[in-house]
Amino acid sequence: MNAEQLLSGFKPTPVDLMGVNDRIIRIKSRSIKTHAKNQGLSMVLSMIDLTTLEGADTPNKVRQLCYKAMHPQDQLKGVPSVAAVCVYPTLVKTAKDALKGSDVKVAAVSTYFPSGQSTLENKLLETQFAIDEGADEIDMVISRREFLQGNYEYVLYEILEVKSLCSANNVRLKVILETGEIGSLDEVRKASDIALLAHPDFIKTSTGKIGQAANMQVTLVMLQAIWDHYQKTGVQVGMKPAGGISDAKTALHYLVMVKEVLGQEWLSNKWFRFGASRLANDVLMQMAKQESGIYQAPQYFSKD
Amino acid sequence: MEEWNLSLAPENAAHVQLKKKYELFINGEFQKPFSNKYFETVNPATEQAIALVAEANEKDVDQAMKAAAEAYKPWSKLSGAERGKYIYRIARMIQEKSREFAVIESLDGGKPIRESRDIDIPLAAAHFFYYAGWADKLEYAFPMRKPQSLGVAAQIIPWNFPLLMAAWKIAPALACGNTVVLKPAETTPLTALKLAEVIQEAGLPQGVVNIITGAGKTGAEMCAHPIPNKLAFTGSTEVGKLVYKAALSGNKKVTLELGGKAADIIFDDAPIDATIEGIINGIYFNQGHVCCAGSRLFVQETVYEEILVKLKKRMNTLIVGDPMDKNTDIGAINSKEQLDVINRYLKIGRAEGAEIYQPNCKMPELGNWCPPTLFTNVAQSNRISQEEIFGPVLAIQTFRTIEEVIDKANNTPFGLSAGVWTDKGSKIFQLTKALKAGVIWANTFNKFDPTSPFGGYKESGFGREGGVHGLDAYLKFD
Amino acid sequence: MTRLKIHKTYKIFIGGKFPRTESGRYYPINNAKGEPVANMCQSSKKDFKNAVVAARKAQGGWVGMTAYNRSQILYRLAEMLETRSASFIEELNVLGLSKKAAEKEVNASIDRLVYYAGWCDKYTALFSSVNPTATSHFNFSVHEPTGIVAAIAPEKSSLLGLVSVIAPVIAGGNSVIALASETKATSSISFAEVVQNSDVPAGVISILTGSASELMPHMASHMDVNSLVDARGEMKAAELNITNNVKRYLNWANKVSNQDPYLILDCQEVKTTWHPVQTNAASGAGY
Repeated sequence: MNAEQLLSGFKPTPVDLMGVNDRIIRIKSRSIKTHAKNQGLSMVLSMIDLTTLEGADTPNKVRQLCYKAMHPQDQLKGVPSVAAVCVYPTLVKTAKDALKGSDVKVAAVSTYFPSGQSTLENKLLETQFAIDEGADEIDMVISRREFLQGNYEYVLYEILEVKSLCSANNVRLKVILETGEIGSLDEVRKASDIALLAHPDFIKTSTGKIGQAANMQVTLVMLQAIWDHYQKTGVQVGMKPAGGISDAKTALHYLVMVKEVLGQEWLSNKWFRFGASRLANDVLMQMAKQESGIYQAPQYFSKD
Repeated sequence: MEEWNLSLAPENAAHVQLKKKYELFINGEFQKPFSNKYFETVNPATEQAIALVAEANEKDVDQAMKAAAEAYKPWSKLSGAERGKYIYRIARMIQEKSREFAVIESLDGGKPIRESRDIDIPLAAAHFFYYAGWADKLEYAFPMRKPQSLGVAAQIIPWNFPLLMAAWKIAPALACGNTVVLKPAETTPLTALKLAEVIQEAGLPQGVVNIITGAGKTGAEMCAHPIPNKLAFTGSTEVGKLVYKAALSGNKKVTLELGGKAADIIFDDAPIDATIEGIINGIYFNQGHVCCAGSRLFVQETVYEEILVKLKKRMNTLIVGDPMDKNTDIGAINSKEQLDVINRYLKIGRAEGAEIYQPNCKMPELGNWCPPTLFTNVAQSNRISQEEIFGPVLAIQTFRTIEEVIDKANNTPFGLSAGVWTDKGSKIFQLTKALKAGVIWANTFNKFDPTSPFGGYKESGFGREGGVHGLDAYLKFD
Repeated sequence: MTRLKIHKTYKIFIGGKFPRTESGRYYPINNAKGEPVANMCQSSKKDFKNAVVAARKAQGGWVGMTAYNRSQILYRLAEMLETRSASFIEELNVLGLSKKAAEKEVNASIDRLVYYAGWCDKYTALFSSVNPTATSHFNFSVHEPTGIVAAIAPEKSSLLGLVSVIAPVIAGGNSVIALASETKATSSISFAEVVQNSDVPAGVISILTGSASELMPHMASHMDVNSLVDARGEMKAAELNITNNVKRYLNWANKVSNQDPYLILDCQEVKTTWHPVQTNAASGAGY
């Protein structure tokens, strides 16, 4: 079906901010201790898309990050590698080479990330380039310009085009809504519902390039959209909150949210990711603390 | 991959100071009862006795009333500002000892520590804090009416929110210049007795607050006693009627906060996910031991299936068990007796042909437990949709039009609270106008605030607690 | 040998910090015998401007707090003042008040803070209204803080007077910039230390010292000030540029010796909201 057909009969689902907050208070009151904490920390680490998206990125910087991705902290026992390394398309090849022999995936941001201000033709060219360079996953941005004008059909059309390119190449697609730019939670829900019509592999909160990145409210609303979509179609879609999550405790509460809203089936890096750069070290510090019983200091954990 | 489940997260109870035996708090001191009798207060989650508590008889009640009457003379002459400062002190000390209060509340009553810690105790402190401020401002609340204190207030409170109900009763009474004899419920006396210790430590003049313990008989003695000028009761409608009768024959002012069978109304334009959370909070909060619980759910037929699927899914995530575990959502049923009542209604519901759903949750062997329960295929004429069950049991009915649901919602002898869920403001106000209930929550449920009056219509009682209107209950006017 | 006492440097209080006046000027405070006891900052137009910036920055957060929270913070102020009452009594005594009068002033100041603490979550309940319009609408009016209030505190009473001006203004959710008593400013600045050690957010209360006649025109003309409280009654309002942004002029000269909720209302706006009530009966009837 094309975008027009998919959107016929589309009805926005209302969201209540206070209700969202009430739910989040309950989730944050969950206390994650002992075995659940160890298991959770390990899961969080394995779900991280270790990210570097700077104008200043160089091949060496990316190689260092890739080493960290495969060996987060060799001094600790049983530490998994992260899920993926997330870079600009021009650095995909470097990352791919550096990660050779590991399970760590290479994700490329695409479609004129972060603004998305370009033609679809250009966006597809860029995506094709990233795929040709060896990207396993594509993180695309939706066109906020068109979304904010109410041109939902075009927004969906773009996603469908990128999706079909990805599918053809067996590459997984994450759709970034950039929730900090599209307004209220009602709009977040609407953008989620539209993106989900294209059956992407993930929907993702943010580029991390503007002030307001992922938070629990936005993530909850997106998870609820994923659940409703799953109920309706049976198609499982993953979730990736990105930016702003830098401490292990918060990350564990995200996992509680996933578990309670979606279920155990989403609790793996196939269906849930954290887009983060600083989170990994806090998780490692907590893991070291769990193992030794001693509170840690940041200088004992490598920064790449 | 191994399934991820929460590990045990027990609250530390080592810091709590509990006595083995509690006497009556009369005239500023803990006194042995004339009755010489004590009863056990039991932890409903473990069935272990926690402490012995004195049983007040007629003579004890008399002594407490006399102490309150004696204390009233100087207390009522104290300036409002000074009175207020005592109440502020109590508020602050509850805040200081809040964790200890929370742990005792959960041990004695079975409610999850999350609720006693985050709701009961902070609200109790807030109530004292709020009414403290009224003590020197009564003239502004009742201009041209010369508000004056009543005298001695006899107050009887239930077991569902032990400390919070004590705060609801004591704080406004003191702010208005009255003295108090309060009786907590026999299954949950410990936080009230801890409050007595706080009151002692706060240096409140002797006899201004007296806290006596005992069961229904003690309560009856209090109501029949000639001294109190005011009876305040929160509890069942059945007992409330007896209290009312006693008040009428003793010519006493009275407020009653009684039972309820609240309608929680879901329209198809509601924000559904928030609504699910509201339904859960409306009925499973405090094991459903809530007089204003949203126990009758009315769902518009167009969203019935969706609501049911989501509600069940959310119910499956609720953790039932040890009240002292920080992750527990539904704790222990307050007493064996109450569990029997609930189980009787579960039986009645089945017999009436309703369909029952309970998630498959693990429950401890010892103790009183009831999983979150819902009934579908329910009619207005079923007993489970008419009578107050006072447990985690929801009866779901469907409706087609707004007129129909208003009719059904009001079709009850109770009128304490109601809930409305819709994204449309004008519909909310139509409902708040049409529903006969003292508190109406729109797109939320079970919210309480010291500034907001609470109380019912019809057989749910009369008089309001909280806010400006809550002062009226403890004042007389020229 | 006798020990040499350490003198306190009195600075002004802006945005939760104690800067010196940017002007670098000072003036002496004398005790009852006319001997100098301290040097105070002679605040300038620029200091006032800085205080307004801090006040505006703080006000949104202050009014955004729950009324209960504001109430507890005012009560906290009272608690902190109570624990320091001995030093305030001594300070007022140096300025010429008898020990007894000083004690009375300090106690009254504490009680006044408690009094207004109580009002934070009560005045709206008493003074708001639900308006029975002839059409089918839910119509209600509530109070909202005006925003930034500049206040000239009483000259004679440097603690109680100052508290009496500040408390009702902030109880209603405003930020305040108060000019302290000129000749007795020491205890006013000591009160600023109490403020800083309470939980009052930085910028909600600023306290300046100096000359009213010098600062008045700037307080009156500043475009980002919403109301002007004059507790000395000395301001010649008509001669000042108060009208430029139509800020409210409030003469409290005879009001601040008492405490009442109407002072809170003086610094409030009234906002009315209309919302339709769905009804089956024909609406709009009755005209």
